Amino acid sequence: MQFALLIYEAPEAFAARNSDGTDPYTGAWRAYHKALVESGAYLAGDPLEVPETGTTVRLEQGKRRVQDGPFADTKEQLGGFIIMELPSLDAALDWAARCPTAATGAVEVRPLAPAAKHRIT
Amino acid sequence: MNGSGQESTHRTIERVARESYGRLVAYLCAHTRDVASAEDALSNALLAALTAWPQDGVPQNPEAWLLTAARRSFIDLVRHRQVVEASEPTLLLLQEPPKELTLSLEFPDERLKLLFVCAHPAIDPAMHTPLMLQTVLGLDAASIAHAFLLSPTTMGQRLVRAKTKIRRGGIQFEVPQERELPQRLDAVLEAIYAAFGIGWDDMAGTDQRGRELADEAIWLGRVLLQLMPREAEVQGLLALMLHCEARRTARRGREGCYVPLSEQDSRQWSLPLIEAAERHLVEASSRGRAGRFQLEAAIQSVHAERARSGRTEWTAITLFYEQLIRISPTLGTRTGYAAAVGEANGPLAGLAVLDGIEPVAVSAYQPYWAVRAHFLQMLGRSAEAVDAFDRAIGLAEDPAVRKFLIQRRG
Repeated sequence: MQFALLIYEAPEAFAARNSDGTDPYTGAWRAYHKALVESGAYLAGDPLEVPETGTTVRLEQGKRRVQDGPFADTKEQLGGFIIMELPSLDAALDWAARCPTAATGAVEVRPLAPAAKHRIT
Repeated sequence: MNGSGQESTHRTIERVARESYGRLVAYLCAHTRDVASAEDALSNALLAALTAWPQDGVPQNPEAWLLTAARRSFIDLVRHRQVVEASEPTLLLLQEPPKELTLSLEFPDERLKLLFVCAHPAIDPAMHTPLMLQTVLGLDAASIAHAFLLSPTTMGQRLVRAKTKIRRGGIQFEVPQERELPQRLDAVLEAIYAAFGIGWDDMAGTDQRGRELADEAIWLGRVLLQLMPREAEVQGLLALMLHCEARRTARRGREGCYVPLSEQDSRQWSLPLIEAAERHLVEASSRGRAGRFQLEAAIQSVHAERARSGRTEWTAITLFYEQLIRISPTLGTRTGYAAAVGEANGPLAGLAVLDGIEPVAVSAYQPYWAVRAHFLQMLGRSAEAVDAFDRAIGLAEDPAVRKFLIQRRG
């Protein structure tokens, strides 16, 4: 089964991206990524730019409404995602718990929806 | 009634609930196998107590009062569930006015049967522990779910499914026959130990899930020992849990940082708990039936000896591990053995044991990488050590352990 880890980071975590890379949070992430890849579960993933760089688009009555900033106005913001291949949700939850962001932000685990994809491809 | 009196009534209800919960649930469902209705009936009774006792005072025999109230509610509930045909005779039996019951407490303790039902082979092994925590100790699905890293809804659904299986699946409320007893008892012990949480013993100890259940597990262990006072492994398990519990405060240093067993200040260990553990272990060994939990307790006993002698007899620990591997060659045991060999005979020997474990099994097993990193670092093989540290850090769940390993990696 394929799962997505949706990684919601607190502002401090986004700020850590400006560090020289020797801070504990970045170090923990480097190790986590390595362990995940070496275990064979990792398929894909990427960090996202900081939330302020987001632009949200809606079409209302045929008119574009473009809003500066991310879709949701919450303290923790989507900071990246990882796609994994694992035998069960329990295994995915284990990886979510090991994620360094689980201690400071939140990590959502969602199964991918191959059936929904088949309907549109 | 004044505020403080009310408070003490609430405390009484809490205490009675804690002590009697499992006994009352087990008694109510022993014949109907309807665990869910028994639990609902008991919560109704506890609710009734919360209203009645502050007004009328706490009854002389609170447990009998609860049983009477729960019994009444239970009969209604079971009738509603329409399983009347099968259980009518039992219900009639339960309905008999318990005159003598209010005076003495003469109802059989069926908790042992309930424990065996919870760990029945027909029930999903992953649900053995949650079922025990709920039916014997009365923990709610939300707090169980939290300890098992599941959503409360999912845990709730799985508990309901397991109880339906108990009611409908023909699982008998009985203590297994001599022939199957060792295997069935193993499942009960495993489930209690799972509640205690793993990862207390080795230097890498990481898995903090279930830690908050440690007290509940020890309580279950005591209940089981009270019900099966002659079983060596029951006593072995209790000894093991008490030994680990004795070190609880020493496992964290200033600002909550992680302290591995070998660096713990043994003056912080609880001597009364160590002594209690030793008593159980000695009694267990006197029965002449060694087993997994006694061996694990014996390993912890050697560690505890450091409080007296100031040193750890690693050779003794490797010998216990060798016996343990023969009966329980789990990944945890083999990693623990490697760690002990490394301490006794040097890092190269420890590394050789680790190399004997097939790589695919350890790809997501944190303690293996922590032990490996430790040995490689001792051998001065820096690049390999950093690599192993990274794996251990990446697999760590406890932020304190992660921080500790990052510092060690350098």
